[in-house]
Amino acid sequence: MMALRNIKFLITGTLFGIVFVKSEVISWFRIQEMFRLQSFHMYGIIGSAVVVGMISVFIIRKFRIKTIEGEAVHIHTKTFNKGYVYGGLIFGVGWAITGACPGPLFAQIGTGATVIVIPLLSAIFGTWVYGKFKGKLTH
Amino acid sequence: MYNTSCMVILLFLEQPWPWYIAGPLVGLTVPALLLLGNKSFGISSSLRHICAACIPAKIPFFQYDWKKEIWNLFFVAGILTGGFITYCFMHPAPMVINPALANELSGYGIHDYDSLVPPELFNWAALFTLRGALMMVGGGFLVGFGTRYAGGCTSGHTIMGLSALQWPSLAATISFMIGGLVTANCILPYILKL
Repeated sequence: MMALRNIKFLITGTLFGIVFVKSEVISWFRIQEMFRLQSFHMYGIIGSAVVVGMISVFIIRKFRIKTIEGEAVHIHTKTFNKGYVYGGLIFGVGWAITGACPGPLFAQIGTGATVIVIPLLSAIFGTWVYGKFKGKLTH
Repeated sequence: MYNTSCMVILLFLEQPWPWYIAGPLVGLTVPALLLLGNKSFGISSSLRHICAACIPAKIPFFQYDWKKEIWNLFFVAGILTGGFITYCFMHPAPMVINPALANELSGYGIHDYDSLVPPELFNWAALFTLRGALMMVGGGFLVGFGTRYAGGCTSGHTIMGLSALQWPSLAATISFMIGGLVTANCILPYILKL
């Protein structure tokens, strides 16, 4: 039952993963080009994704479109804290080095780069360390 | 006529997809997840759920019912599957990269552009070198620590957050970019030289 209810997310993820690989978003080289301002590719992808996402959310809100189960769509409101900046800068450093944000790590493993299991495990450990020391960090 | 359209589709599937095809498809993930199950697009949370499921260690941050968020783990399992399908059936082409980058990388002994993940940097043997360990273990750690500290990654903040006009996500996105720009241009060259 649980698996059945979640299969739609597995399929959405699969399609998303195919787009990730075919558009070379998961490539270390494309991320280097992005941060060295040597290619428009990644900016084009992120930019057009945001525009399409914005229009979609606008339409959903404007026409109060319901989910397939008939619920009202709810988007959690984020409240700013300094962690967004500190954490964001730290993630940026990791993103430039590994050439991958969390999503691409999963896709890279799928494409046969098995060693990427190590950065993924390390990222899980990094998340754990954050959880452990959350109270001691500035937010 | 039928054969020609088949050829066009096949050719398209073989080629790398341009940004104006890929970007809107990535953007459509936002309404897809909202309408399929009232889920906000976000990937780095999956790392937190894995911690909560496997190594909670009585840490308050990991004391929640992760099973309620299991859709997120199905989603990332899908991403991995998508990578596998593409690898098996849609053969990613060798990378064509900016000559300036190729020139810089050749200085560090990187010449292989056949894979999306450069095999000269990311391989099992490299894990036991200083450069490889810094990049894979160190880089991965910063990705996990940083995204959770920032409350999200490129998907949760940049795409989902900005789509929903959440201004805190803009602050996070600008921070990602500053961290990445400085690192790629000023720090990474020293690591690659190792």
